[in-house]
Amino acid sequence: MVLYFLSMVMLVMGLYCLIAKKNIVKKIIGIVIMEYSINLFLVLVGYRHGGIAPILMKGMQTEELVQKGVDPLPQALVLTSIVIGLGTLALMVALCLRMYEKFKTFDMSKINTLKG
Amino acid sequence: MQTYYPLFTAIPLAAAFLNLLLSKISMKVSDYIAFLVTGILAVMSVKMLFEAPFIYAVGNWRPPFGILLVSDGLSSLMLVVINVIGLLAVIFSFKYMATYTAKPKYFSLFMLMIAGMNGVVITGDMFNLYVFLEIASIASYALVGFGTGKKELEASFKYLILGGVASTAVLFGIAFLYSMTGTLNMPDLAQQLEVIGMTKTVGFVVALFIMGFGLKASAVPFHAWLPDAHPSAPAPISAMLSGVLIKALGIYTIMRIMFNIVGKNELISAIIMFLGALSMVIGGLLAIGQKDFKRMLAYSSISQMGYVLIAIGLALKPGAELVVATLALIGGLFHLVNHAVFKSLLFLASGAVEYRTGTRDLEKLGGLIKKMPVTGAATAIGSLSIAGIPPFNGFWSKLIIILALFRGGYWIYGTVGVVVGFITLIYFVMLQKEVLFGKLPESLSKVKEAPFTMVLPLVILAALCLAMGIGYMAIEGQLLDSAASALLDKMAYMNYLIGG
Repeated sequence: MVLYFLSMVMLVMGLYCLIAKKNIVKKIIGIVIMEYSINLFLVLVGYRHGGIAPILMKGMQTEELVQKGVDPLPQALVLTSIVIGLGTLALMVALCLRMYEKFKTFDMSKINTLKG
Repeated sequence: MQTYYPLFTAIPLAAAFLNLLLSKISMKVSDYIAFLVTGILAVMSVKMLFEAPFIYAVGNWRPPFGILLVSDGLSSLMLVVINVIGLLAVIFSFKYMATYTAKPKYFSLFMLMIAGMNGVVITGDMFNLYVFLEIASIASYALVGFGTGKKELEASFKYLILGGVASTAVLFGIAFLYSMTGTLNMPDLAQQLEVIGMTKTVGFVVALFIMGFGLKASAVPFHAWLPDAHPSAPAPISAMLSGVLIKALGIYTIMRIMFNIVGKNELISAIIMFLGALSMVIGGLLAIGQKDFKRMLAYSSISQMGYVLIAIGLALKPGAELVVATLALIGGLFHLVNHAVFKSLLFLASGAVEYRTGTRDLEKLGGLIKKMPVTGAATAIGSLSIAGIPPFNGFWSKLIIILALFRGGYWIYGTVGVVVGFITLIYFVMLQKEVLFGKLPESLSKVKEAPFTMVLPLVILAALCLAMGIGYMAIEGQLLDSAASALLDKMAYMNYLIGG
């Protein structure tokens, strides 16, 4: 239960960082923290105390697998979402560097050519 | 066609990567690849319209365990919208994108975006939906910033941050759904949620989804990125974003999840209708004062999506009569298709005008109907349709939505719909006056008609506007009916689990 609570705290921390910080690098870090908190949450959802890999080995009873086996779905989800997060992160950093070239600053409050 | 169903994502995905490799040999080849791929997809999607609903189990794994692809009336309709508009945008890009460098990269990103949108529409699995949503979104972030000027980069970054928050909310909702039911298969989820009922957790999940997908659909409290992102992108991409992306990633997903998975609910209906009304009014009012051609169109997209959302909300109401719900859904879906046609027409026209005159500032334009007759006529048809002038398609869809609202007893929302219709008329008359008619400025006296590959998509889209307006009963009735009934019949969707 504590771990679930911690992952929520992490989510809120990420959101705070995203909203309150003016530096775009810090904003990126905020988004990444949020993503990781969701990944942690997914892993926790799929956790099973004393679970085993869901592979039917030789000499293993089917009941044993059903009782102890872990659902591989959340792990697969987390792996995929980490990869997606990496893609987004790479794009964000590339954009951030390009913006630094153009604006000579990382401060979001000084980057305001658009009206919103 | 059934066995080829996964090709809707496989072809563009493969072509996106092949294109980058082959364009190392010759830059010219990417044009042909893009045209060929989107052409094939458009033909396939039109053929899909004549298929009965079916499911495709990927790798022959039984539905609750394997990944499921579902084809029904709604997904066929969306596939046609995505791929036909995609083909026209590619044709437009040949000349238009020659002003940018790195055309092969542009086409690769374009095809990734198409692959993502097709994937969102054909999938029957929650996590697949998330993955494809991200593919399409990441490609669109990169395309918005394709010009790499100051404005483009800022708009792209803004879109990326807000889009990232939306994706996080969606993934969070999916994690909750999994922890409740232990499955992510959409028909299976629908069955499980029927048993669980509307608990507080389900309510939270719905709230997360409305936030996440609502941001992609740019419903009003979440709309801040759209008026920056859509004008900053190259014109064919603006057409794709406004015409297709916000519908495939936002509206379609909201419809699919709320109707087929969560089911009808009083509160969800009220929230979506309120968001729709808010989008209609605020988007419309903000559009009036705009001085930038594309920015005005972007605000108008927010306003028009409000009509679709309000229709969806009305159909979601559990107490509504079946006639009203069906009418509202048909109106909403018809307006969705119509908006795809005329908004991409208008954005492409703005691109053609910008290509020839070098500006999109409404105050510097004027009298272009004499210099660019075909583009001008197409723009006029597009703006008349979106403003809801009778023979064109926009009139019928707005009429159906407003009629459904009045018949469902929503007098205030119905009146708002009529008033926003007038507001739309006002700013599109202003747009016509500033761009097409009025005095031709000195600086524009040497402007010529846009090149053939730019004019052709405009003419096709303008013809579609007229054809869909006049031949509504003949062409559209059947298609929209099957899409609407696919949404309203939750039982049929749940039966896809057992191979329905």
